Amino acid sequence: MTQTAVPRRSERAVREAVPGGAPAPRRSGRRRIALPYLLLFPALVLELLVHLVPMLMGIGMSFKELTQFFIRDWSAAPWAGLDNYTVSVDFDAPVGRALLTSFVTTCLFTLASVALCWLLGTAAAVFLQENFRGRGILRTLFLVPYALPVYAAVITWAFMFQRDNGLINHVLHDQLGLGDTPLFWLIGDNSFWALLTVSVWKGWPFAFLTVMAGLQNVPRDMYEAAALDGAGVWKQIRHITLPSLRQVNQVLVLVLFLWTFNDFNTPFVLFGKAAPEAADLISLHIYQSSFQTWNFGTGSAMSVLLLLFLLLVTGGYLLLTTRGRKASDG
Amino acid sequence: MAAPRSFLWTRRIFLTLLTGFVLLPVYVMVSSSLKPLADVSGEFHWIPSGLTLRPYVDIWDTVPLADYFLNSLAVASAATVCSVAVAVFAAYAISRYDFRGRRVFAVTVLSTQMFPGILFLLPLFLIYVNIGNATGIALFGSREGLILTYLTFSLPFAIWMLTGYFDSIPRELDEAAKVDGCGPVGALFRVIVPAALPGIVAVAVYAFMTAWGEVLFASVMTNDTTRTLAVGLQGYATQNDVYWNQVMAASLVVSVPVVAGFLLLQRYLVAGLTAGAVK
Repeated sequence: MTQTAVPRRSERAVREAVPGGAPAPRRSGRRRIALPYLLLFPALVLELLVHLVPMLMGIGMSFKELTQFFIRDWSAAPWAGLDNYTVSVDFDAPVGRALLTSFVTTCLFTLASVALCWLLGTAAAVFLQENFRGRGILRTLFLVPYALPVYAAVITWAFMFQRDNGLINHVLHDQLGLGDTPLFWLIGDNSFWALLTVSVWKGWPFAFLTVMAGLQNVPRDMYEAAALDGAGVWKQIRHITLPSLRQVNQVLVLVLFLWTFNDFNTPFVLFGKAAPEAADLISLHIYQSSFQTWNFGTGSAMSVLLLLFLLLVTGGYLLLTTRGRKASDG
Repeated sequence: MAAPRSFLWTRRIFLTLLTGFVLLPVYVMVSSSLKPLADVSGEFHWIPSGLTLRPYVDIWDTVPLADYFLNSLAVASAATVCSVAVAVFAAYAISRYDFRGRRVFAVTVLSTQMFPGILFLLPLFLIYVNIGNATGIALFGSREGLILTYLTFSLPFAIWMLTGYFDSIPRELDEAAKVDGCGPVGALFRVIVPAALPGIVAVAVYAFMTAWGEVLFASVMTNDTTRTLAVGLQGYATQNDVYWNQVMAASLVVSVPVVAGFLLLQRYLVAGLTAGAVK
C-alpha cells in the first residue's frame, strides 16, 4: 500500500528540513492555509449530511421505541433504553434467534464467497500474466460480470435457478439425470448454494482486477533471476508471485469481506423481499424485519450491532496484518 | 522461457471453465430474450425453438421502461458529475496540502465504505420524510433525494482513488505552473486535471456504475414517477406469469450502455486502480 507513498513522504521531509530549499506551499500566508479546507468543504458537507448525521441518528434511534406511529416525528418517540438491544440479542425469543441464525449464515456465506472470489481472481490474474493469443479478449470477457448492473445479472441467475423452466435444473435433472425430481433452488436449503454461486460470479472479477494491478508492481528481473537459478513456472508463482501479492491481498480480502458481508442487492434481487432462511443475509434480514414490522428502533439496534461487529473484525484484522508486516520488515 | 506442459494445460482448462462460468448467464440472457413466451415458460432449451424480436418491442409497453431508463440516466449522470467534481477538489487538498485534520478526514471518509448501507437507510429515510414534512421540499421519492444519496456512495472511493492518482503526478508540474503564474486552483485545472484524466475517467465510470446498479435505496426512496431501472425491472413479473423473455430483453437493453462504456474505458479503470488503490 505504501510503496509509492513512502518516497513522497521522505521527499517532503527533506524539503522541510533544508532551510531555503523549495518553499513548503502550505506555510505561506493565511489564504493558503484556508484553501485546503475550502476545497474539502463540499465533500465534508456531503459526508456529514448523508453518512455521519444518519449514522449518529441511527445510533440515537436504536435507543427509541420507534414504531410506525412516530415516523412523521421520530424525535417524539419514547425512549426504550436498551430494550431494542435486549430484544435483538435474546436468542431464546423469535426475533433474537432469527437474527443469530442470519448472522451465522452471513458469516459462513461470506467466508465461502471471499475465499472463492479470491481464488478465482488470483488464479485468473496469474494465468493471464504472460502474453498469449486470446489474452486480451479473455481479460475483457472476465470483466463482464463486474460491469453488468447487479439487478440485470442477478435476475438472469434467478431465471436460471427457476425450478421448472431454469437452465440449472435442465442440466442437472434432464440432461445429467441427477435426482428424482427437479430441485428448488430459490427456496429451502439449496438457496444458500444458489446465492453463493451468484455472489462468486459477481464478485471474483474485482479480485481479478486488483490482483492484476498488483502484479504490475512485481519487478520482471526477479523472475529472470529465479529462472537462471533453475526455478520453474510453478516455483516462481509460489515463491515470487504469491509473496509479492501479500500487501495487495491484505487490502483485497478486507474489501471483499466488507462488501460481501454487507451485500443487500444480490439476495434482494434473487429472492425478493424475504430470503429463505438458509440464505437470509443480515442486511436483507434487518431491512425486512424493519420494514415489515415498521419497528425502526429494533432495526437500528441490529444495524448498530452489525456495525460494532464489523469495526471489531476490521480493527483486529488491521492490527494483525500491520503487526505481521512490521515483523517481516524488521 | 518456455512454460512446462503442466502449466499450459492447467491454464487452458482453468480458463476454459472460467470463461464458461462467466458467459453462461450472458448466453441465457441473449438467447432467452429472443424466444417466444411459450418457449421461456416451459422447459429450458439451449437452442430457441423460434427466434423473435417481439420481446424487444413489448418491453416498452408492459412497463414504462423508457421512463425508468430516463430516471436512471438522470440520477446516475447527475450523481456522477457531482461526485467527480467534489472528489477532485477533496483529493487535490489531501494530495497537495498538509493541513490539520488531513489524516482524520481521509480515514473517516474511507471508513464510511465499510458501513452497511442498511445503517444509513433507516435514518436517511426518516430525515428525508421529516425534511419534506417540515419544509415542503420533497426529497423522499424525488430524483434529487436519490442523486444526493448516490453521490455520496461513490464519493469515498473516488476521493481515495484520486488522491492516489494525484500523488503519482510529480510536484514539479505544479511548481512549474506556479512559476508561470497559476494560482493553486489554476494549477489544479491546467496541470493536475489533464494529467490525471485517466484516473478521473475511471472514477466517473465507477460512480456511474454504482448509481446505475444500486437497488436498496432505489427500492425504498422512489415513487411511481421516479422509479429507476433497478426497481422497474421487477414489473415484468405479474401475478399469473413472469414474462421471462421480456425480463431478459429488458436486462440486456439496460446493460448494454454500461457494459459498453465500461469495456471501452476499462483500461483507464485498470490504470486508475493501479495508481490509486494498490499502492
